[in-house]
Formats: sequence, structure tokens, C-alpha cells
Amino acid sequence: MAIVNGNSNQMLGGGRGADALARSIGHHPVAALMIAAAVIGVLWLILAAWPAGFEDVFGRKRLFINALFNGVTLGGLYFLVASGFTLIFGLMRNVNLAHGSLYLFGGYMGYEAVEWTGSWLLSYIVAFVCCAIIGAAMQVLIFRRMEGQDLRQTLVTLGLSIVFSDLMVWVWGGNTFQITTPDYLMGPIPTPIVVAVKSSGEAIFLQYPRVRLVIFAAAILIGIGMWLALNRTRIGVMIRAGVDDRDMLSVLGYRVQLLFLLVFAFGAGLAGMAGVVGGTFQSISLGEDSHFLLASLQVVIVGGLGSIPGAALGALIIGLSEQIGLVYFQNYATVLTFLIMVIVLALRPQGLLGRR
Amino acid sequence: MTVTQATGSGSIGVGGPQPDSVVTRWVYAHSPILLLGLLLVLLPAIASDFVLNQIVGWTLILGMIALSLMFLAGYGGMVSLAQMTVAGVAGYMITVLGASSLPSISLFWPWWAAAPLAIIIAVAFGTLAGALSARTEGIYTIMITLAIAVAFFNLTLQNWSIFNGFNGFTAIPAPIVFGINWRAPVPLYYLILFFSALSYAGVVYISRAPFGIALQGVRDNPRRMEAIGYNVTAHRIAAYTFASLIAAVGGILLVWLNNQISPGTAGIEATIDLLVIAVVGGLGHPIGAFIGAIIFVVLRTFALDALVAVGFDGRRFQTIIGLGFLAVVLFSPDGVIGLWQRWLARTRGLSGRKVR
Repeated sequence: MAIVNGNSNQMLGGGRGADALARSIGHHPVAALMIAAAVIGVLWLILAAWPAGFEDVFGRKRLFINALFNGVTLGGLYFLVASGFTLIFGLMRNVNLAHGSLYLFGGYMGYEAVEWTGSWLLSYIVAFVCCAIIGAAMQVLIFRRMEGQDLRQTLVTLGLSIVFSDLMVWVWGGNTFQITTPDYLMGPIPTPIVVAVKSSGEAIFLQYPRVRLVIFAAAILIGIGMWLALNRTRIGVMIRAGVDDRDMLSVLGYRVQLLFLLVFAFGAGLAGMAGVVGGTFQSISLGEDSHFLLASLQVVIVGGLGSIPGAALGALIIGLSEQIGLVYFQNYATVLTFLIMVIVLALRPQGLLGRR
Repeated sequence: MTVTQATGSGSIGVGGPQPDSVVTRWVYAHSPILLLGLLLVLLPAIASDFVLNQIVGWTLILGMIALSLMFLAGYGGMVSLAQMTVAGVAGYMITVLGASSLPSISLFWPWWAAAPLAIIIAVAFGTLAGALSARTEGIYTIMITLAIAVAFFNLTLQNWSIFNGFNGFTAIPAPIVFGINWRAPVPLYYLILFFSALSYAGVVYISRAPFGIALQGVRDNPRRMEAIGYNVTAHRIAAYTFASLIAAVGGILLVWLNNQISPGTAGIEATIDLLVIAVVGGLGHPIGAFIGAIIFVVLRTFALDALVAVGFDGRRFQTIIGLGFLAVVLFSPDGVIGLWQRWLARTRGLSGRKVR
């Protein structure tokens, strides 16, 4: 029945359009007003030229805007990593602690692909396929044999992550790699946002790296694509039904094992692709696996484990707080992210968009 | 699990010659652990300082910290990855409050003020971590505690005002009390032995006390315990407090033994190593933590040379650890203890058949 309706399902995300929005504003007028005020405030912070007194308190506007943009685009990257993580958990109850290793492996494979073929776009496919194969192998060879044993599966992924990361040190050593941005995405792009006003009264507009914006747009497209695939396709219906009641789906004659395989491969492949994105954005080196594992954990803890919209919201919050923290509280940047996680856990242990 | 085990070891006494008094019966039933204790007490007479501190001392400290994890996981069903972090907090606090090579940060308080306060801070930290994760169930615990551990590691790396960033601290002296320099190999060894024996006895005692029994009830069926009238969350948090006390003492001893502390002390690798120790030893009995620790320490100390001798790269140590961990999780989830018990059962079964 859940398959037909799917309305109760949480992966559907959000309400049904304007109707639901109007209704929820009617139910919570104060909250709606506060959210509207916050949105207007943020928009003003972004678009207006800051008055002088303001800059004394918050530093230069360029810093703030850059932190904001970096945070949002980093959130896009985190979403790519965490959505695979959350999808795998949602369906298989498997907390894949080797997810960070898959991210790093994808990054290395993407780097090799760019070095060999020179094609940036091809490197995404290479990274996706390599990681998807590893993910599928993990599911078939190991996790299939210990279904329902959550803790044991998690311990196995932890063991795998130890081995993977050591093997990657073996092959690629301790060097830092950067994936070359293709020429057509090089350089900054002008934005209509004023960061400062010259003494002559001429406004200076923000310049932002083109590649980050393009990748962010791609992350949004992938997110929308996943949402559509989950909500508008037959396989999506099967996945949502599996999240709700895996045994019932299996009893109804659907090939649950095949579904698990596909989802695991897709989630792992997504992590691999994110590795290429990370390699272009930042760099790939030792230790990035645990960095992105932590990011995925924080994103899903804040957003709600097993929920794609939750992963998007969590990724945005974590990405922003990391970058803002880096600019404004250098010594305690991680504490800010951590505090957000603690507050969410204290108020809503299941995460902002999670369900019990 | 433990309850059956306790009666199991008691039945050895029943099978053998019947001892008469209560004392001799107790001694007979506990002969292995008493023999081990005697050996450890007499060890300084035969062993070199290296064996005393770097092998046995380190084993006992790691065993203590792993014991705190074993207590939580084995009796409480909560696999907490934050126990190494609790030890790290205690270690850092004793350096910040006590003495180190950095007069700009350390406060140089006397040991009787610094050590208790460091323990209190670490226990408060561990309790808070427990309170955060105790409201959630099962797999969430491992995620939240891992996030806490990694966040603390990042903080120690980033922060220079309290944790002295990447460098950490060196030259941390153990106190001189009663005219004894507790940094000297033999006194330090006895100090470590005393506290590890105390924590072992404490865990064994608590596991049979009403609190421990209730905790095991919470592990097996939280809903039923809740229905009987037990406060499930409070029991879990109290378990974290007790475990953190053990880990905190272990952390301080670790700093005194190594004479230094840096982010790596409570880093991601150390966190995972601790879980490996506890799981490889076996979560079913407190002695498992120490068995896992001795295996780990011996491997860590000698595997490098052994690997090179067989023609492998000595740096692939982590792969060996990971594969060993995987093998244990896949084939003997109850660790070395489980192997031992199954072997005992088999040999006993065989001898039984022979008699018949």
C-alpha cells in the first residue's frame, strides 16, 4: 500500500507545493515571520554594500561573502558524499564507514584518468564506475551474508576502511594531488554582488571561481535528479518501499537483493564522483577520507539519517558553518560545527528531517 | 553472556577434586587470574625496563582504555568510539593543568590538584558524550561517538592556545610522591598495574552488582526494562560516567608513560585501534580488553621487523591490523575469548565422549 500511496514516505520530502506552504504558514505564523525576517536579513547582507560601522564588527564584506559562497559550494560537495551514505543506510541499515575511503579512491582514480586521457568529464565516469564496482563487490561478497546484523556490518566497513586507506597510501603515497580544472571552466566569473565601494563611488563586484559555481549547479541537478528518480520512477518506488518495509517488499516478489546491489553501487559511485569534485575544488591527499567520513556523519546526524532532503539541508548547514567558522573563529572552527551537531542532537535526536 | 560465563568458570571447580573451605574453593576457581596477577607483580624481578614499560605497561594502559569500551559495548550494548577521546582529554588536561615543556600554556599546579581535576573534566566530557548518544539507539551511537572523536582530533590539530596544535606537549613529568619518582620504570609499572587491576576488579564487580545487571537488561531489551520501571537513559549515562572514569585514569597514565601527548594520541587511528583491540580480544568478558591489548602491542612492536624479514614493506602494518580485525569480525565475532571458549567446549565435549 505504501507503494501506491507513498505519501507517508519521508524520502518524498517536504509538503505538496504551495498549498502545504500556505497551510504551514497559517499554523506557525511566528515561525514563518522569523524565517522571512532571517531570509530578508541574509539577502540584505549579501546584496547591499555594508555600512562602515558594520564592517568594523564583522570584518570586510568580501571575507563574509567569500565564506558564504565557499560554504554553500562546499555544502554541495558534502551533499554529493552524504547522499550516497544516507541512501545506503536508508535502504540497508548499513552505516558504511568506508564511505570516506570510497570518496578518496574516487578522487585518486579521477586524477589518474585526467592524467591519462586529459578529459575532465571522463574522469567522473571513471571514478563513478570504479567506486560503484567496489561498492557492488562489498555488497555481494560481504554484506549480503550478514543481513540484519547492523553492528557487525558497521565493524566490517570500519575494517575495510583501515585496509583501503593503507593500500591507498601504498599506491599514491603521501603526496597531495590536484585535479586540473579544464580551460573552459578556468578563471573567475563576475557576479552582481557588491563587495565594496571605492572612494570614487564605484562599486566593486564579487568575482567567483567559475568551476565551483558550475559544480554546485551540477550538485543541485544531481539532487533534483535523485529526488525525481525516487519519487517518479518505478525503481524509486521500490527503494522507498524497501526503506519502509524491506521484508514486505521481498515477500511481494520484488528482487530486493538486486535493489540493494544497485543502491550500494550507486551510493558508492556517487562518493567516487564527489572525490573528483573534491580533487578539483580542494585537493586529494591522505586523511581526506576521514575528513569526508566525518563530514558525512555530521551531515546525516544534523539532517536526519536516511533522508535525502535531510542530507541536502545538513550539507548546507555543515558546509556553511565550517567556512564561516574558518573565517571568524579560526582557533575553534571545528567547535562551531560540533556545537550545531550537539544542539540538533539535544533537541531532535533523529535529526532535523529524520523520523524515528 | 557474562552471567553464563561466570557460572562456567565456576564449574571448573565442581568438576575437579572437591575443595573444602570457601577460601580454597574461591582460589581454585580463580586460579588463572591469580596466577597471572602473581606473575605481573613479580615481573620487575625478571624483565627489562623496556619489556616492563613499553610492552606490559603499555598493554595494561591500552587494556584499561579498551576495558572502558568493553564495559560500554559488552554490558551496555553501546559501542562508543569516544573512549580514546576521553583518555585524550584527561591526558591533555593533566598537561595543561600540570607541568610540561611549555610554560606559556601549562599552569604547573601540583599533581594532587591537577590529576583529580583532569579526571573530573574528562569524566564530565565522557558523560556529556554519553548523554548525547544515549537517547539514540544502536548504530547511531557509533556514528555520534565517532563524530565526537574526530571533532576533538580536529580541534587539537587546529587549536594552538590550549592544545598547542600539531606539536602537542613533551616533557610531562610524573609526580614525585612519598619520595618516590613515579616516572622511574619500576614505580611507574606498579602504578599502572595497580590502576589496571583496580579497574578490572571494578568492572567485574559492577557487572554483578544490581547496577550492572540492570545495565545488561537495558542492553538486551530496553523497552521491557523501561516498562518494569527502570530509567533506561539514566542507566546508559551512568555507564558512560563509570567507563569514562577508567578511560580518564588510563589517559593520564598514558601521558606519564609516553612523556608526551599530541593530536595523534587520541587521533582517528588511535580511536579505531582501540575498537580493534576491544573487538579482537572479545567483548564478552573484561579480560578480553587486555588480551586484545597484548596482541596489539606485540604486533605493533615486533610486526615491523617480522614483516621486513619476510620481505614485505614494514609500513603495511595497518593493513595487517585491518585484515586481522576483518577476520575476527567475519569469523569469530566474540573475539579471541570466543575462540577460546569454543575450543574449551569442543575439548570438553571430546573428553566427555571418551569417558562414555
